Amino acid sequence: MKLHEFQAKTILAGFGVPIPRGEVASNPFEVYDIARRFNGTVVVKAQIHAGGRGKGGGVKLAKSPEEAEAIAREMIGMTLVTHQTGPEGRKVQRVLVEEGVRIQKEFYLGIVVDRASQKPVFMGSPQGGVDIEAVAAQTPHLIFKEYIDPAIGFQPFQARRLAVALGVGAEQLSSATRIMIGLFRAFEATDASLVEINPFLLTEDGKWLALDAKVNLDDNALFRHKEMLLLRDFNEEDPLEIRASRYGINYIRLDGTIGCMVNGAGLAMATMDIIKLAGGSPANFLDVGGGANAEQVRNAFQILLADKNVKAVLINIFGGIMRCDIVAGGVVEAAKALGLNIPVVVRLEGTNVEQGREILQNSGLKFTVADGMKDAAEKAVALAARGESIVHSR
Amino acid sequence: MSILVDKTTRLAVQGITGREGSFHTQQCIAYGTKVVAGVTPGKGGTTHDGIPVFNTVVEAVEKEGANATMIFVPPAFAADAIMEAAAANIALIVCITEGIPTLDMVRAATALSRSQSRLIGPNCPGIISPGQCKIGIMPGRIFTAGNVGVVSRSGTLTYEAVWQLTGLGIGQSTCVGIGGDPIIGTNFIDVLKLFEQDPQTRAVIMMGEIGGTAEEEAAKFIQENMKKPVVGFIAGQTAPPGRRMGHAGAIIAGGKGTAAEKMEAMRQCGLHVVASPAEMGRSVSQVL
Repeated sequence: MKLHEFQAKTILAGFGVPIPRGEVASNPFEVYDIARRFNGTVVVKAQIHAGGRGKGGGVKLAKSPEEAEAIAREMIGMTLVTHQTGPEGRKVQRVLVEEGVRIQKEFYLGIVVDRASQKPVFMGSPQGGVDIEAVAAQTPHLIFKEYIDPAIGFQPFQARRLAVALGVGAEQLSSATRIMIGLFRAFEATDASLVEINPFLLTEDGKWLALDAKVNLDDNALFRHKEMLLLRDFNEEDPLEIRASRYGINYIRLDGTIGCMVNGAGLAMATMDIIKLAGGSPANFLDVGGGANAEQVRNAFQILLADKNVKAVLINIFGGIMRCDIVAGGVVEAAKALGLNIPVVVRLEGTNVEQGREILQNSGLKFTVADGMKDAAEKAVALAARGESIVHSR
Repeated sequence: MSILVDKTTRLAVQGITGREGSFHTQQCIAYGTKVVAGVTPGKGGTTHDGIPVFNTVVEAVEKEGANATMIFVPPAFAADAIMEAAAANIALIVCITEGIPTLDMVRAATALSRSQSRLIGPNCPGIISPGQCKIGIMPGRIFTAGNVGVVSRSGTLTYEAVWQLTGLGIGQSTCVGIGGDPIIGTNFIDVLKLFEQDPQTRAVIMMGEIGGTAEEEAAKFIQENMKKPVVGFIAGQTAPPGRRMGHAGAIIAGGKGTAAEKMEAMRQCGLHVVASPAEMGRSVSQVL
């Protein structure tokens, strides 16, 4: 689960990470009041779940309350497009108003779990305030790492070693170390998959500040962090994806025309791939889950059909433990209940496949039954293309 | 021959009394797996479908000689179950559970690195040596004994490949689902090493997916250490960056972990890369 900058900062502050004075607002008049109280230069920052906000016009400096209000009036409600949002962008609902600070130097701090070593890795760089992925690609020697043994924990010497590598001066060494230890405690305590401070700032008067912060939480661990669920922002998610998640369906909306319903994540990705190879484009990733039953198939259908770009549906189910006749029954039932009016290609394989195909053929509905993944993809692509041409000729 | 599991495997099931655990235990027994014990804390001393149940894994080892376990414990308790099995010196631990917190698995991985045990999974379909032993949730019927090793990060994609192989009359030595999570006990290289040494295995198919660099590392290993032909497939050629595609591990992050990069690395290392998932079986038949 992704969090907003202001939420991430509040969490980190609870672990001793210093953050700039700031308040969240969703109304330009509120922004004026905050700026007046801060009595000086402020920064107005759009709160969306994506990086690269500065370049997209989502971070602006204001020298007066009037200017802050004017900026907020433009920013709140605007659609912000950054390299992480995709071309459709994100609507700005709230802004964070922060006191301006004078910068001496910018660093980068971040913690993730490293798959290869199977340990958390604490990363630091003297190249702060810029896109860290660009730093990693162009100047990898400027990223320093400390691996953390979970049985031992993040030790002060590791924090010191990183701070020294980053070029932190003697007078700031112990404060930097303390903050880094706090950052790791926050990572562990919240079951984060990522915590990041970029830039980690040294002010002109020698104080540390987390000027921007990011915290992503491990979805699998949310069951033990109920308080974090309150931080979920539904405005940042696709409505269909929210509905799918209620049914325990893994659904990701894409921009193609062929709706896919598949069991298993790997096969679902492979189905998208074969659609592309056949010259079409998938409208979504959808994994109905291993124990897909009739009701689940119906829920999945509803979500697929709610996407108006879908011109044909491709169902690819490998019935292992789940029998094909049960899946076929669910497909027929759902199609009848929902009054299907677009072509559906079904590819069933596995246990009781013959009975499954019979159920589809005798349903009185016009399913296209496919033989194998390739055949299914080609048929779906052809039908989707025909569907589009009908729409265009109207 | 086969790798990791065969007729001598004596299986204990952790979480045997749960709905899933109970059902799949019966399926494994029906396939011919020797299930010797169940473990459910608080139900020790009872039997479940005729199988003796113990409170702890160590009892299942001492009293029934279990040398492998299959874990169906819910995600909140699964890492603990893995560490319990490792502490009891179980040689092979197969964890089916999906949705274990990553930091729990980080701890379990550390415990495993200090033990003699091997973990397969979590979030995997399990492992099967056709005709001999099945530990997991895969449909036993689609497998046939033979000489192709199968290793994959995904369950149903494995079934798809096996279905194609069996349809072409090509049997399998052992099929290992290593799991779709970022932290797993056994990786591609571990399994490839075993296949290279296994006299029954003549060729291997590995199915990877987007996210991480495990496929690239495996490709390098194959180039340097394997004589047997390897067919490779990567799922997620059309996946958008930054989105978790079902599996917790299947995410393209910071432009890394794309299918294109992985396929290119495989090609450069001499693997037979297949772009279409419909061609996996045929591609194997061409290298045999």
